[in-house]
Amino acid sequence: MVEKQFTITDEAGMHARPASALVGAVSKFKSDITIEHKGKKVNLKSILGVMSLGVPSGSVVTIAADGEDENEAIEKAADVMKAEGISNQ
Amino acid sequence: MTQTMSGIAASNGIAIAKAFRLENPELNVDKRTISDTDSELERLTSALEQSITELEAIQKKTAEQISEKEAAIFGAHLLVLSDPELVGPITERITADKVNAEFALQETTDMFISMFEAMDNDYMKERAADIRDVRKRVLAHLLGVTIQSPSMISDEVIIIAEDLTPSDTVQLNAEFVKGFITDIGGRTSHSAILARTLEIPAVVGAKTAMADIKNGMTVIVDGLDGTILIDPEDSVIEEYKNKQTAYDQQKAEWAVLKNEATVTADGQAVELGANIGTPKDIAGVVDNGGEAIGLYRTEFLYMGRDQFPTEDEQVEAYAAVLKGMQGKPTVVRTLDIGGDKELSYLDLPKELNPFLGLRAIRLCLEMPDMFRTQLRALLRASVHGNLKIMFPMIATVDEFRAAKALLLEEKAKLQSEGVEVSESIEVGIMVEIPSTAVMADTFAKEVDFFSIGTNDLIQYTMAADRMNESVSYLYQPFNPAILRLVKMVIDASHREGKWTGMCGEMAGDEIAIPILLGLGLDEFSMSASSILKARSQISKLSKAEMAQHTDQILALSTSQEVEDYVKKLSAK
Repeated sequence: MVEKQFTITDEAGMHARPASALVGAVSKFKSDITIEHKGKKVNLKSILGVMSLGVPSGSVVTIAADGEDENEAIEKAADVMKAEGISNQ
Repeated sequence: MTQTMSGIAASNGIAIAKAFRLENPELNVDKRTISDTDSELERLTSALEQSITELEAIQKKTAEQISEKEAAIFGAHLLVLSDPELVGPITERITADKVNAEFALQETTDMFISMFEAMDNDYMKERAADIRDVRKRVLAHLLGVTIQSPSMISDEVIIIAEDLTPSDTVQLNAEFVKGFITDIGGRTSHSAILARTLEIPAVVGAKTAMADIKNGMTVIVDGLDGTILIDPEDSVIEEYKNKQTAYDQQKAEWAVLKNEATVTADGQAVELGANIGTPKDIAGVVDNGGEAIGLYRTEFLYMGRDQFPTEDEQVEAYAAVLKGMQGKPTVVRTLDIGGDKELSYLDLPKELNPFLGLRAIRLCLEMPDMFRTQLRALLRASVHGNLKIMFPMIATVDEFRAAKALLLEEKAKLQSEGVEVSESIEVGIMVEIPSTAVMADTFAKEVDFFSIGTNDLIQYTMAADRMNESVSYLYQPFNPAILRLVKMVIDASHREGKWTGMCGEMAGDEIAIPILLGLGLDEFSMSASSILKARSQISKLSKAEMAQHTDQILALSTSQEVEDYVKKLSAK
């Protein structure tokens, strides 16, 4: 299993557009992928799960992937967050 | 008889047309026990697939007719339809509980809706509407009900609805839909945001529109102030037609100016900036064609909380403003607190004369640790745009030197830590104390710019508390005493090759603008909503001509004489 932490820098937090992009991108991977915020962990392939975290600006989230393509999945998540401008890491 | 109703003004403009009620069909869900789970699952899959096909079409249409950005929300709706956390539990209920697909869908979505509605964040609360929208679509397919679609409308109408779903809103064709009224919703609802994008006048949150307005009634929607007029008399219609024409003309005139530079009739450029309080205000500045931020009041960052904002929090706010302005000049005023502006977590002694007491730069120099944190945050954010730092309430050259020394110390520290800092940060002062205006020639040798804060400059020059109504007659922006001080400041800056701005109320005043132009003011900073009006006025004025009147204006005796003189000039 691999995991990585991200700080959400977008002023609006993780809102619908970037969350959709992220969910859409990671859904293609075979690994189980989760996102955790303040002790609550949800399936990153679920838009409702991600939105229900209500991640505000400035918070730290942990993305974890477990499976045959776990490294690629984490890398893709990082790329999408950066491209969508919600995290600068 | 005209009946009046009011709601929340959601999108500017005025519309007059017949009412068209967009009824929400009852989608009643009964709980049924099923025996054939396979065929029930098939019904669900087919309803989901039909919904996906529909949504893809709506998404495509929105991207083509409105924008990719607005279309993105349907990307989210599509993801909901294939969300494993939604489809999984629905399937589970059908197979394990042997209930019908409608009921399983209703129960599962209800859980998410109440979850979003319970969040203490307006944006997230609005997301419950997205789930309702998606559910309605799937339910309609399951129940074989056709949902009334706004895209079928082919007459000029004003839509009346309980609420408009995001997918309703994007089907609005501005050719026929002249405006809309909804009973629920706020300024941040999808429908309100889209109405502004489409430039359709709209009033939301009207509460009783569906109850009181019948199909075919004539309705006036005033999206400027949230007024709704039902079945108006001819005289009222006439009045609103005039208001509509005036609004349209003004909008057309101002729209042309939005992306233009501010240039006088004789070809002289000046800069029009905006005064802001938080990073959220940037959108309004961009929408109104602001060329700069002339005053970012950082004290809002410190207010409404129980401890000082951290350095990182401040960096984030300053960087957001600088990035939002995309390299345009951004004047950030350091903390102006104390006196009448208090912070709950900062225990300052009560003062007899708060406006003359320990406030602004005086307080910052008294509490250097707090001040250094802000300066470091500004320096760290400086790489994101065109930052100019301004110290408020400077009365002596010593104060400016002390503040600048702290700034330079923090800059050196950051650089030694390997932090990147912009090398082109201008450092200037607010001119709001008469001693500073009088000494402007000396200051001009050391500062990079001046910004005249007229509200305080007037109060201190006239020795009149601007909060005290019994001396409010002394609040005289056009008193020649004030104008002469303004001239001293502008002239002093120009002699040293520096510039002067103004960030008080006066900078956006119709009477003041011609005078300030003649005095050679370089930058005018005002509330964002005044910018286009000021740009329009300046484009009709000749700077050279105004300069010729300066001596005469400054030689007048009273504020009233100045006002009369300018009005006469403008009337010519």
